[in-house]
Amino acid sequence: MLEIRNLHVNVVGKPILKGLDLTVNAGEVHAIMGPNGAGKSTLGYTLAGRDGYEVTEGSVTYRGKDLLELEPDERAASGVFLAFQYPVEIPGVSNTTFLKSALNSIRKAHGEKELDAMQFLKLIRAKTKELGMTDEMLKRAVNVGFSGGEKKRNEVLQMAVLDPAFCVLDETDSGLDIDALRIVADGVNALRGPDRAILVITHYQRLLDYIVPDKVHVLANGRIARTGDKSLALELEEKGYAEFGVDEAA
Amino acid sequence: MAATLETVEQVRAVTEQKYKYGFFTDIESDTAPKGLSEDTVRFISARKNEPEWLLEWRLKAYRHWLTMEEPNWGKLGYPPIDYQDSYYYSAPKVAAGPKSLDEVDPELLRTYEKLGIPLKEQAILAGVEGAGDSPSIAVDAVFDSVSVATTFKKKLEEKGIIFCPISEAVQTHPELVKKYMGSVVPYSDNFFATLNSAVFTDGSFVYIPKGVRCPMELSTYFRINAKNTGQFERTLIIADEGSYVSYLEGCTAPQRDENQLHAAVVELVTHDDAQIKYSTVQNWYPGDENGKGGIYNFVTKRGACRGKNSKISWTQVETGSAITWKYPSCILQGDNSVGEFYSVAITNNRQQADTGTKMIHIGKNTKSTIVSKGISAGKAQNTYRGLVKIMPKADGARNFTQCDSLLIGDKCGAHTVPYIESRNRSARVEHEATTAKISEDQMFYCQQRGLSSEDAVSLIVNGFCKEVLKELPMEFAVEAQKLVGISLEGSVG
Ligand SMILES: Nc1ncnc2c1ncn2[C@@H]1O[C@H](COP(=O)(O)OP(=O)(O)O)[C@@H](O)[C@H]1O
Ligand SMILES: [Mg+2]
Repeated sequence: MLEIRNLHVNVVGKPILKGLDLTVNAGEVHAIMGPNGAGKSTLGYTLAGRDGYEVTEGSVTYRGKDLLELEPDERAASGVFLAFQYPVEIPGVSNTTFLKSALNSIRKAHGEKELDAMQFLKLIRAKTKELGMTDEMLKRAVNVGFSGGEKKRNEVLQMAVLDPAFCVLDETDSGLDIDALRIVADGVNALRGPDRAILVITHYQRLLDYIVPDKVHVLANGRIARTGDKSLALELEEKGYAEFGVDEAA
Repeated sequence: MAATLETVEQVRAVTEQKYKYGFFTDIESDTAPKGLSEDTVRFISARKNEPEWLLEWRLKAYRHWLTMEEPNWGKLGYPPIDYQDSYYYSAPKVAAGPKSLDEVDPELLRTYEKLGIPLKEQAILAGVEGAGDSPSIAVDAVFDSVSVATTFKKKLEEKGIIFCPISEAVQTHPELVKKYMGSVVPYSDNFFATLNSAVFTDGSFVYIPKGVRCPMELSTYFRINAKNTGQFERTLIIADEGSYVSYLEGCTAPQRDENQLHAAVVELVTHDDAQIKYSTVQNWYPGDENGKGGIYNFVTKRGACRGKNSKISWTQVETGSAITWKYPSCILQGDNSVGEFYSVAITNNRQQADTGTKMIHIGKNTKSTIVSKGISAGKAQNTYRGLVKIMPKADGARNFTQCDSLLIGDKCGAHTVPYIESRNRSARVEHEATTAKISEDQMFYCQQRGLSSEDAVSLIVNGFCKEVLKELPMEFAVEAQKLVGISLEGSVG
């Protein structure tokens, strides 16, 4: 589904990713771990097409097409979803309005009919409940006044509603207590399926107790430094990232 | 109900793209000679068959105007206006004023259709059976300078409400017009209001009798039509004791090459316990990307809260015009009276807006609220200019002002010019102001969720304006939201 070859990315002129290779097949869940500042979020933003993340070398092929050619909204329409590490507040725009506009934009891009208010409400009510969110949260402005945990749940809600094919979750677990973690993990697991691939960026292996990955990668020094299975996450938890030539405190 | 839904759909369909309202309707004009002189004033007055006192009032204004200078304190730049190079009167030729819709020029009806704005009024104007059964909007259509269609008159008459062209009110209710016209905005008030007093052509007149709550929104659609004709609308709304009315004014104009001058005057009066809610959605032609051909809009709007516990609210969404010069104001004379000003002003390309309000606190415990949202994109300049004045006897007066500016791109400007004069120690005046750029974070977040950059801007800006938009009557909120998006098209790469 996704094939990254020799990816080099500069941020404000500084090389952050330096020859990253990664292949994720449909149906798989991969975890990316790594020390702070390694470039994990940079990878997520680059895949989503954010301005300022300059690809200087390499390629990203998504479902057989050159992903890097597409605008951010085109990537979203083709099924790429990024759950933000720091979800953004949009004052004055209700969560419902935001989600409905997003969904209808994507439906329009697919040549599907837009949903009206009633159809849309029906769709999100169920998902909202599953994620332990209230209708009241839907009426509030996007992420405004949300707690850290609520913001993360809101990201997962958006993901569930937009039904993407390729998801990047950027530290969606950080700031969650154990109950919230379980709810979020359930939400993600519900999305697992043969036609979907998920990339989970995390700092802690505890999330991987709930979302069991097919592969675990270590991102260090701008590349995938090591790849293993779930046991790699446990090992990293114990030993830190010293062996990758980085200081844990960095 | 069905009509309302249809309306919303219609509005949606109409407002899909750029400035679509640039078409020109060909209706035979009955035009005054070019230029401005006492003869022009007499011509207009004679055409309207006005009583002597009104002609005298116009002439007084005209003579005073000759002694005045065009104001230049606004943060606006435009070439000098040649007042002799304009026509001051033009009326569509309709025999003896239409008694029924059949008499309305079909060309006019087609114009409304193209505009797409006259929501269910369209059906009513077209005479659709049953369309007027449960009306919530009544229209006094000002086409060019003369009102050619007035609807719902009967329904309103039952309640004793007068809603008609001001030229008609001059004939049918001269005592009311004489008593109130010029009582809020005197003929000598300012350059543009004085010009208006001399040459005003038409506008709306509303009188709500004691204790009556007007059962529907009253609305006027203004259009500038005949070539090179400045528009000088004059509107007068009086809410007698304990009455209530909500009035909406919306404007579009055909695309044109010359600059078109518009200098309207609106006067509002509320007596004890009365309330007027006045909403404007202004979408006149702003000119092209280079600012060529847009409307010059110099408006004087003022309301007097004469009675105790009375209230006047101004809500405006200003997206059009090349130049906007406009300060809807409240004179809070009655004790406990309330003034409100909610404004969204959007400027794009080379548009310039200098707009705000004046709240003059005279009575005790008077309260005012100002919420201004200025959005600037392209090479536009957007200025909020507001005055809060507390007079010595206004014990316990309170004002709250919130002024937010949003910039899109780095070639535009936003300016906030608050004047506060307090002459009473017990008064409380609060002013908050913010300026922000539309954030790249927000844009990217929206786009990552599938929104195009234009939809993203529209959504974010609508959020920014929400406090104001929610003050609009429901029927027009949808239209206004769309307009916000349309007016910012092309503002992001
Ligand atoms: N917008 C930015 N401006 C400047 N530096 C940035 C920006 N984004 C990321 N960086 C830098 O890029 C490096 C990688 O950051 P990031 O991808 O956020 O790491 P991680 O998510 O692995 O903690 C860091 O050194 C960070 O300071
Ligand atoms: Mg990160």
